[in-house]
Amino acid sequence: MPDIKVTPLGAGQDVGRSCILVSIGGKNIMLDCGMHMGYNDDRRFPDFSYITQNGRLTEFLDCVIISHFHLDHCGALPYMSEMVGYDGPIYMTHPTKAICPILLEDFRKITVDKKGETNFFTSQMIKDCMKKVVPLNLHQTVQVDEELEIKAYYAGHVLGAAMVQIKVGSESVVYTGDYNMTPDRHLGAAWIDKCRPDLLISESTYATTIRDSKRCRERDFLKKVHETVERGGKVLIPVFALGRAQELCILLETFWERMNLKAPIYFSTGLTEKANHYYKLFITWTNQKIRKTFVQRNMFEFKHIKAFDRSYADNPGPMVVFATPGMLHAGQSLLIFKKWAGNEKNMVIMPGYCVQGTVGHKILNGQKKLEMEGRATLDVKLQVEYMSFSAHADAKGIMQLIRMAEPRNMLLVHGEAKKMEFLKDKIEQEFSISCYMPANGETTSIVTNPSVPVDISLNLLKREMALGGPLPDAKRPRTMHGTLIMKDNSLRLVSPEQALKELGLSEHQLRFTCRVQLHDPHSDNDTLGRIYTHLKSVLKTYSIQHVPDGTVIVESIVIKVTSSAEEPNLKVILLSWSYQTADSTATKKKKIQL
Amino acid sequence: MKLYCLSGHPTLPCNVLKFKSTTIMLDCGLDTTAALYFLPLPLVHSPRLSKLPGWVSKDGAVNLEKELKECSGRVFVDSQPEFCLPEKELLDLSTIDVILISNYHCMMALPYITEHTGFTGTVYATEPTLQIGRLLMEELVTFMERVPKAQAATCWKNKEIQRLLPGPLKDAVDVWSWRKCYSVQEVNSALSKVQLVGYSQKVELFGAVQVTPLSSGYSLGSSNWIIQSHYEKVSYVSGSSLLTTHPQPMEQSSLKNSDVLILTGLTQIPTANPDGMLGEFCSNLAMTIRAGGNVLVPCYSSGVIYDLLECLYQFMDSANLGSTPFYFISPVANSSLEFSQIFAEWLCQNKQSKVYLPEPPFPHAELIQTNKLKHYPSIHGDFSSEFRQPCVVFTGHPSLRFGDVVHFMELWGKSSLNTIIFTEPDFSYLDALAPYQPLAMKCVYCPIDTRLNFHQVSKLLKDIQPLHVVCPEPYTQPPPAQPHRSDLMLELQPPPMAYRRCSVLGLPFRRRYERIHLLPELARSLVPSEIKAGVSVATVSAVLQSKDNKHVLQPVPKPAPVPPSKKRKRVTEEPPEVLNPKPLLSGAVPLEPFLAMLHKNGITEVKVEETADGHILHLQTEDVLIQLEEDATHIICDNNEPLRTALRDLVLRFLQKL
Repeated sequence: MPDIKVTPLGAGQDVGRSCILVSIGGKNIMLDCGMHMGYNDDRRFPDFSYITQNGRLTEFLDCVIISHFHLDHCGALPYMSEMVGYDGPIYMTHPTKAICPILLEDFRKITVDKKGETNFFTSQMIKDCMKKVVPLNLHQTVQVDEELEIKAYYAGHVLGAAMVQIKVGSESVVYTGDYNMTPDRHLGAAWIDKCRPDLLISESTYATTIRDSKRCRERDFLKKVHETVERGGKVLIPVFALGRAQELCILLETFWERMNLKAPIYFSTGLTEKANHYYKLFITWTNQKIRKTFVQRNMFEFKHIKAFDRSYADNPGPMVVFATPGMLHAGQSLLIFKKWAGNEKNMVIMPGYCVQGTVGHKILNGQKKLEMEGRATLDVKLQVEYMSFSAHADAKGIMQLIRMAEPRNMLLVHGEAKKMEFLKDKIEQEFSISCYMPANGETTSIVTNPSVPVDISLNLLKREMALGGPLPDAKRPRTMHGTLIMKDNSLRLVSPEQALKELGLSEHQLRFTCRVQLHDPHSDNDTLGRIYTHLKSVLKTYSIQHVPDGTVIVESIVIKVTSSAEEPNLKVILLSWSYQTADSTATKKKKIQL
Repeated sequence: MKLYCLSGHPTLPCNVLKFKSTTIMLDCGLDTTAALYFLPLPLVHSPRLSKLPGWVSKDGAVNLEKELKECSGRVFVDSQPEFCLPEKELLDLSTIDVILISNYHCMMALPYITEHTGFTGTVYATEPTLQIGRLLMEELVTFMERVPKAQAATCWKNKEIQRLLPGPLKDAVDVWSWRKCYSVQEVNSALSKVQLVGYSQKVELFGAVQVTPLSSGYSLGSSNWIIQSHYEKVSYVSGSSLLTTHPQPMEQSSLKNSDVLILTGLTQIPTANPDGMLGEFCSNLAMTIRAGGNVLVPCYSSGVIYDLLECLYQFMDSANLGSTPFYFISPVANSSLEFSQIFAEWLCQNKQSKVYLPEPPFPHAELIQTNKLKHYPSIHGDFSSEFRQPCVVFTGHPSLRFGDVVHFMELWGKSSLNTIIFTEPDFSYLDALAPYQPLAMKCVYCPIDTRLNFHQVSKLLKDIQPLHVVCPEPYTQPPPAQPHRSDLMLELQPPPMAYRRCSVLGLPFRRRYERIHLLPELARSLVPSEIKAGVSVATVSAVLQSKDNKHVLQPVPKPAPVPPSKKRKRVTEEPPEVLNPKPLLSGAVPLEPFLAMLHKNGITEVKVEETADGHILHLQTEDVLIQLEEDATHIICDNNEPLRTALRDLVLRFLQKL
């Protein structure tokens, strides 16, 4: 029985280091290759030794697909391709291909240059890795090899985020990556056609959340920022350089303009300008409204948002700072946080999900004392706010995607086990399909039931459609008969007559004849005539012919009457029929017994 | 399968393909050369044009001085320019299911087709094709609506009158089907029917046909199309280029194994080499500027202009002309320049990699930033106060009949210092210049047509080997002006099928097979038997289901189990009998083994008699005759059903069943 096997190396009942292995129709595909923000040791990367104990992965993988540029989806890529060893194709969209190496370089710098770690990938490795990337366009069908094809759909999570459909023969899997089902200020909503995959692998970050309206959340956010700034406090918004940052920038920019506010807004990394440039060049990946108006006004040219310098953090007075990274686990956002944490006038707004182990996660859980390096502790006095601005689908959105794609099976990744459990029950109830949620290293096997494609002769098909109509009729079932010829790799369904002809075989006629004697005073011809009339009256649905040469033909049954000169009244009726009509002959014969 | 040809123009095609119950329109090009019969539409009042004498026939019998004006011996229609539409009478346009667009030049007739004809289908095009096509349509509409003409000349179209007219007007064909330009509303409505597609995207049409656009290398988002079912493949090649310019290179390998290849949009100037023309363009431009003259380049607002700007960007500095300003004047100039920068996916590798830096893919961004290139929506407004001479002006329309170019012709035409350089190949430059004669300005003809030439196309066809080629008639003979150049035509074996306007071609196709799916339960129940080495057969009995052009075979449903008999027997109607018919038989029954088999089954007294065709076996105890022949077996046995069945089964053991 054909099946599809799925093994998460990361993101199984967890968020972080997304890496999912899929085996379908003899092909092995790696979906995403991310790092875990919560760990600084080996656990940071997926355990590739699961694939093979010794050496390179090239011969074990047919392709690698990266859904978007967030490091928890691509952070382990240079490690995998250059340090473990993989030379096959890596697929990602154009924006991902553009932005991913920048974030990887950033990640490398923080890890190696700042933290002084060795045995990490180098800048050259990032470059070599990116050379293996094949760019994907939306909706383009990419033939990885003869059998394996992939197709990208818009996911709306960040610029260039994609969902992918993987297809081998008639079996298929859709992997969502991270996605968002509601359009926002700069991106559109995820969309997929009714492709009915055998398996849908979906993220489930917000498996139990049903978010209130976006408008409310935005108003709330602006109110909190505004109040803090009004009372002279500083607002820290830890973000990732690309993605939510642009969304919040657009939000604050328009608010500042409307309210005519003067407090400075800063963006912490040198990346901003570059980042905004990417958004301008990849404007076709943003939402309808921005695309429509970009010639007149480019939404990514900000007037109020300035570049941040480290010294500004100590400036007196209110300010708003966007700083990277988003989970307060390292870098500038953590530095600023340490400076501002002691003052209750200040505020930190966490606009996205925080992985376990990060400072972000700890303060969101209400921890008031943080242990820092070197045994120092940090008192958290500033206000901590959480606002879900992550562009992930909530429970409603996930259900909506299932309705869109109509999968036969469902598999959840990129979420917390407890929340997944809840969603899994809900999915199984509402759609009556199986839902799986394997842990890391655990393999799920899904039996598929592919139909067999066959070439049918057009003559046979047309004849059948003319006779039986396109749809089976429960009252008048009709069976079609044909001969399936299997030759080399082709399967052809033709009529039995054509099959004989094609295979160069002649038909072997098998006929039966039996004699029935009866007394009848009429002449031979009259007897036959009587038989004819009788048959006509009893076998109404059959075609019956009286041929002048002295035979009656009922379909393929031939009836003749003879008599001997001695006993003209003793008629011998010869009944002859072929093998193919034997069954029906039996019934007819009975009726002839006058 | 049939092909209806609604346009005879080789580079502005409009064909309709009927294929497997779908009706597919391939492109809808608008032939704008009809505009050449009309007087230019000046943006500013032109005393010269308004003073042209009206036309009256020599004997004075026909007086059309209101409609026709004479200029340097040629007669022009004084009315809003009109265009020649694709044929509308050849087939009912409301029956068209989809329209496939290959590039933005080949969609300009779209509003005439989709509006007011009852069209309810979908148009497929790539995003750059849609966006730039929209710009070109909007530009055309603006050109026309900016200078409304009160009167529409129609008298001259009267057959009796047209016959008497001089020069090219007399020979203009189908003049009654010419139409004036559409409106913005019609453009918007037509383009709202466009569904975007990406290269190599497989689009299913009604489950019967799959269409796929492929990069054609000619312009941003330009595509060739594959139209195929599981068994038949038609390639539509329209406006393709193998030269390295800004678009993504042409995809060739997917065109292989085509049954039919429809070939349109080859270069219109097969004798001119685009690279050579570009060099000539630059040198003429430099010469004029150095002499203090201005250069006018009539061009479309998208396409070759991007390459021209890039080429000049490099050339001007090296020629020490870095300070010469470029002006690009069009209602859509800004949009065209902006749009060109956001379609990285559709550009050649070289330009694509710039976006990763991130830098704009085209250097005209830098030209704009350094103020070397300025763009204006029209000559009115800022342009008139800002412009400096000598300069280079890029503006439309290349027909010189409407758009801002008309103004520059009037302005600069009188001085021999100035030069007009024609780069667009769509119009004869002599015809374009006719209403401006006498003209002092220098004229240079540097047509740049990057589309396939005959040499490239014959090599391409050799590679991809289509079974049949369909093409416009002009491609099957040398150009009329060069009848001896047999290298400027298609010579193929079998010869290409040529079409002209209003042709209906039957395409040489025999459909033999259709795809059907066996449900897994059915597939599992099949019992294959090997007939010869490597060939197996299985008898299939199944129920057919056809829906949305997809065919599925299901197992025959088992008759519902008879409910356990209750005490009161009810006479229920028997379910209709579903009998499995017997298979066809093949092979022969060999005498000796058959006798042995009979013996084994207790039939020992057999008398064998030889006949001409085989043997007759008389089973004496049972009084049964069996005739054994090469291709037939006949069992003659009276009322003894069990015996007959037993004998039948013995015979069947030797035969193959189909």
